[in-house]
Amino acid sequence: MSGTSKSPWIIHYDGSSCNGCDIEVLACLTPMYDVERFGVINTGNPKHADVFLITGAVNERNIGVVKQIYSQMLEPKVVVACGACACSGGIFHDCYNVIGGVDKAIPVDVYVPGCAVRPEALIDAVVAGLGALEEKRAALELASSYEAKELAKAAEQERLAEAASQPLLEEPAKTEEQTDIDINADEEPGE
Amino acid sequence: MSERTVIPFGPQHPVLPEPIHLDLVMEDERVVQAIPQLGFIHRGLERLVKTRDYMHFVYVTERICGICSFGHSYGYSQTIERLMGIEVPMRAEYLRVIWFELSRIHSHLLWMGLAADSFGYENLFYQCWRLRERVLDIFEKTTGGRVILSACNVGGVNYDIDNSELAGISQIIQKLKRDAKPLIKALVKDRSIKDRLVGSGYLSQEDAVKLSIVGPFARASGVEEDIRMFGVGGYGELAEFKPQTSTQGDNYARVAVRCNELLQSCDIICEMIDKIPDGPICEKPKGNPPEAQGIGRVEQPRGEVVYYVKGNGTRFLERFRIRTPTSQNVAGMVQLLQGCELSEVPLNILTIDPCISCTER
Repeated sequence: MSGTSKSPWIIHYDGSSCNGCDIEVLACLTPMYDVERFGVINTGNPKHADVFLITGAVNERNIGVVKQIYSQMLEPKVVVACGACACSGGIFHDCYNVIGGVDKAIPVDVYVPGCAVRPEALIDAVVAGLGALEEKRAALELASSYEAKELAKAAEQERLAEAASQPLLEEPAKTEEQTDIDINADEEPGE
Repeated sequence: MSERTVIPFGPQHPVLPEPIHLDLVMEDERVVQAIPQLGFIHRGLERLVKTRDYMHFVYVTERICGICSFGHSYGYSQTIERLMGIEVPMRAEYLRVIWFELSRIHSHLLWMGLAADSFGYENLFYQCWRLRERVLDIFEKTTGGRVILSACNVGGVNYDIDNSELAGISQIIQKLKRDAKPLIKALVKDRSIKDRLVGSGYLSQEDAVKLSIVGPFARASGVEEDIRMFGVGGYGELAEFKPQTSTQGDNYARVAVRCNELLQSCDIICEMIDKIPDGPICEKPKGNPPEAQGIGRVEQPRGEVVYYVKGNGTRFLERFRIRTPTSQNVAGMVQLLQGCELSEVPLNILTIDPCISCTER
């Protein structure tokens, strides 16, 4: 388990939710459920956050905001769709201004059902999200780890050596031919 | 004249639980103009009356706003009952008032916590929210839900509360009232809180009337109006009801008015539990809403809400419309923000207790 999973920072955005899920997200942070004892901290800055809790469906007006917050967050990141509206549009699925669940805008890792979502379910979802976060981190780390870098370096050197050995035979020949032509071309008008 | 800058505020901002966007036109540290932009939570649920019949629509009205959830189902049911001429059993009216006042307590405690957080009292924020959980426990015990209760229905209520359980609720509320007093003392008496609140965000009584401000925001400016004092439904059974007002009109007055209302709600609940009669809890409505228009008003935690319904003789309503308190109070908020300093902006937004979900629906 890496440090991030021991203290995930969350960011919360209210899509077009009715506040019901939002006050339950806030209730998780207050003394009754107190997720801060697990190191979960609420932040307002997308650059600091690892987990994106989003409540409510997306509509024409806020889809840009949701995408923007998601793109500002740094990798690895996890999206948790909190409540029935965020999962599928819920009771408002056939409203004229509702596009649908959050997955219409950004990729979602964990879906939490409930109207309104219960704090216990929310804590469970964040824990499930940490599993996804850990997998993403491992994939990222593999791509940037020392062994991977060494392997990549060795492969690059091999490729360079191969590339260097082949043109060395061809290039002088080309240049000779070219210079020959050039010399001939220069000489011809002179003669 | 110094140069003007525009600072975008929201829709995603740490102090705001809900998205609202403000363009603050600044001259150095002073706000010259605040231009609100709404529409981030608009779903278009008023149109759902075309596809949900008038009984099922109660569940949609509950989801207009999660904080004032019970109030919206109460107001809608009352309007439909008036339109169809349904006589609601007295026990149901009493139970409605009890749940409605409980949701006022939870809403005010929630707001007090957020306000405390906005002026830098994080511990007070946590204490207010801890106390609020007791109200949510009562909701969970009596209806099964913490936020969306599904308790109110056209013609009465869906759940009954045993008299023994009601006595228990009365005890919990009396204890809650005792435990709320130290928090209220901190909010109203603490010197450094007073320094931050007194005199900031002033709205005169004249302006409050001119801009049709409603709810605690108006009462803090000396406008004595509260729909509960007309004694509609269960409120007619109260021995006396007096709106909580203040004449100062600043942020401090708004905090004080809400603190007093919290204590008043505790008293109302205890009085209703003492007087509650036995009897049925629901009168099943017969037939469809007639081809007529109906109007209803309810005093929600944030102020007066007006419901308008129009029936057409079928089980689907022709039109449903709500006027929510925040749509009135945003005009006052813009007035408060003009001329204040940037550091006061979060507090001035919070003390009107905006509920954007209700406003945009």
